[in-house]
Amino acid sequence: MPQRETGPIGDPTAITIETTIGYMGAIDHQGVIRRFPELEWDDFSGSLILSPERVDEVVSWLKEDPAYRLDYLSCVSGVDYLEKEEKTRVRNEAGKMVVKTSLSPEKMEVVYHFYSMEKKTGPFILKQRVHSRENPVVTSLTPHYRGAELMEREVYDLFGIHFTGHPDLRRILMWEAFQHHPMRKDYVPPNDYEYEPTPHGDVLQRARERREELEGQSP
Amino acid sequence: MSPVQTMPPRGYHLSKDELGADILEVAMGPHHPSTHGVFRMDLKLDGETVVDLKPVFGYLHRNHEKIAEDISYPMSMPFTDRLDYLCGMTNNWAYALSAEKLIEIEVPERAEYLRVIVGELTRLVNHCLLIGFFINDLGALGTPLLYALREREKILDLFEVLSGARMMVNYIRFGGVRCDLPEGWLGECQRIVDAFPAFLDEYETLLTENEIIIARAQNVGVVTREEAIDFSLTGPMLRASGVNYDIRKVDRYGIYDRFDFKIPIGGHGDCYDRFMVRMLEMRESVKILKQAIRDLPDGNIMGKAPKIFRPAPGEAYGRIEAPKGELGFYLISDGTPIPYRFKVRPPSFVNLTALRHMCLGHKVADAVIILGSIDIVLGEVDR
Amino acid sequence: MSLLAKGILKGMAVTAKNFFQSYYRKERLPTVQYPEEKSTITPFTRNFPFLLYDGDDAVDGMRCTACTLCERACPPQCIYIIKDKDEKGKPILRPRIFDIDTSVCMSCQLCVEVCPYEAIRMDSAFELSNENRFEGLLINRGDLLKSNDYYHALNPVEARETDDRIAAKNALAEAKKKARQKKTRLAAAKAKRPPSRLKKSPPAREKPPQPEKSE
Repeated sequence: MPQRETGPIGDPTAITIETTIGYMGAIDHQGVIRRFPELEWDDFSGSLILSPERVDEVVSWLKEDPAYRLDYLSCVSGVDYLEKEEKTRVRNEAGKMVVKTSLSPEKMEVVYHFYSMEKKTGPFILKQRVHSRENPVVTSLTPHYRGAELMEREVYDLFGIHFTGHPDLRRILMWEAFQHHPMRKDYVPPNDYEYEPTPHGDVLQRARERREELEGQSP
Repeated sequence: MSPVQTMPPRGYHLSKDELGADILEVAMGPHHPSTHGVFRMDLKLDGETVVDLKPVFGYLHRNHEKIAEDISYPMSMPFTDRLDYLCGMTNNWAYALSAEKLIEIEVPERAEYLRVIVGELTRLVNHCLLIGFFINDLGALGTPLLYALREREKILDLFEVLSGARMMVNYIRFGGVRCDLPEGWLGECQRIVDAFPAFLDEYETLLTENEIIIARAQNVGVVTREEAIDFSLTGPMLRASGVNYDIRKVDRYGIYDRFDFKIPIGGHGDCYDRFMVRMLEMRESVKILKQAIRDLPDGNIMGKAPKIFRPAPGEAYGRIEAPKGELGFYLISDGTPIPYRFKVRPPSFVNLTALRHMCLGHKVADAVIILGSIDIVLGEVDR
Repeated sequence: MSLLAKGILKGMAVTAKNFFQSYYRKERLPTVQYPEEKSTITPFTRNFPFLLYDGDDAVDGMRCTACTLCERACPPQCIYIIKDKDEKGKPILRPRIFDIDTSVCMSCQLCVEVCPYEAIRMDSAFELSNENRFEGLLINRGDLLKSNDYYHALNPVEARETDDRIAAKNALAEAKKKARQKKTRLAAAKAKRPPSRLKKSPPAREKPPQPEKSE
């Protein structure tokens, strides 16, 4: 990048106007599947599913490979899946449709959306999946993409997912003393209702309970 | 040797041992007038030079995403207005775009044109306000800001007639827009758009050659091309660093491929280029608006949207070029009328990642204008 | 920095131009001195919702049927409806309590869009400050009800369109009713004649009782 001349003010409009930008193309997923055949590919959402150990290898390949060059990390989002019964209709041996109940295990995912600014392609979706909600640990992408720093901090704050290798993993939106992770699906908001001029019976009821609770605490 | 101490020559840097002073820690904000809301910068200063900076926010956090995961899809639409409260139209548009990816709805031609018109008017509104406040941060208190606000006010009046509100517009719906143009609206819009370049000319005479602005803003907060991509910067921030990337051109969402417009690209990546890129972007927006008003077809304004919005299980990520950068909505549906996951990718939140890098080594007064040139809105940063 | 500071002088000229022209050109000084003069409100401006009634009596002419569609569609949940009952405990199609909490209302107009009876509309009155933070901001049914004439004064174009829509709907309902009456009359005439074959009509489906809300 040229250094601007200092001294007497030169031409202020050092701005070029571009008209030609290539149209966004799709990413050839098959190449990734060929390169990493052992990884799980989710056709349903079109995403590559990773366990946290393989992240560094796969991401640095995706970033450096001349066919992909995914240099721009657009979005980092956490998703929380509780343990849940799933009912699917399957055909049994006799050829009859039956409802099969399966238990989908609890899991947490961090979803990354990549684009390539150089090749104007995208999006490529990568998901880090861990099967633990107690202490989920994934690998941080901040060493590869510095733009992930605040977005991963947000996921840590709201979902409680730890990122190994993150330079500055602190709470970002909630305050430091806050205990819970509010975007988790099983988060119960605390009963701190104040008296609001609301006509709703349940809010009013909770406000009353809260007031009684507070009055009970005070000597 | 004379014992008289002379002033150190220019460029001479007093080390903290010579001064006998330590590093000074200053919490700038959250109620500082130049932080554009409740935003705090924890600065570590060596003299007047920034040696460390930590952005602290969350004061306006109301967990928009959690609220949206408790209510149905259409009910979240008015909440998106409150994300970036200066550009409600583009927030609506981004959300509608993502939802239309989840469930296939064809948007009628006229609605697409109306979306482009209101979207580009929003870009004018946002850039007007940003440039005014940027100059305000530079020290030109009041006057240029109020000129910019005056022009913005005219467009807000248009929004009021169209949608009923000036900022919390809640205008775009899944599959179209809420209401058709009232009588005489298009003529008024045409008049304002035609008069807008005159304001831009006046504003450029007022500011772009101003020696003080050039001295303050040039070579301050430089982000190179590679750094800009690495930091995931988007919007005018990215283009000021010389990256040719605009989602309107790249994704061609809506009907942007029908319009003839150009993308201003900066050459240096400093605050001045960010300012100039936005000035030139407004001229391009005026161009798009003129073409859209000229070509606006008749017809329906709502596509065939289902009565109850209940998408099949799946996920969608829709993004648009909002005035501040890439605004994306990531929706996961589990087959119910309530989204399972609702994630906003706010542009100014991600652009803040580069703040520390840009401010290091500059003076405190420069940190203020660097923050101003990022163009943050705390409603969007904190959500 | 150049000593001449040409750019600054140019800027000063622009400021001077704006200053002098603000005395005689409206677009240079669009400020309105608020309490003394008020800026114009467009017919489309929306602030808080109100309920519409037809005719002279507010309660009898109420268009609202307490279907609670708006209550369910309201994003901040600021509407509260309890259905009315007559002396025998039979429900009447109108709300006994219809409260809107304006301290929570976000003026999003979704209630207007979902209402199938054109009963709720957005008002543009804006000077609504109140001394009582709690009950004063809670608008109840009596204050919410406004006549159709009020709506006509507020937004004539939309009010006329609404009236036309309601008239068309009523005409359609009337036509349907007539057709049904004709049908029953024909059926009755048929029934007088000896029936060719017995037809069993399905039993009328009973409506499940509406769950009652506690106050």
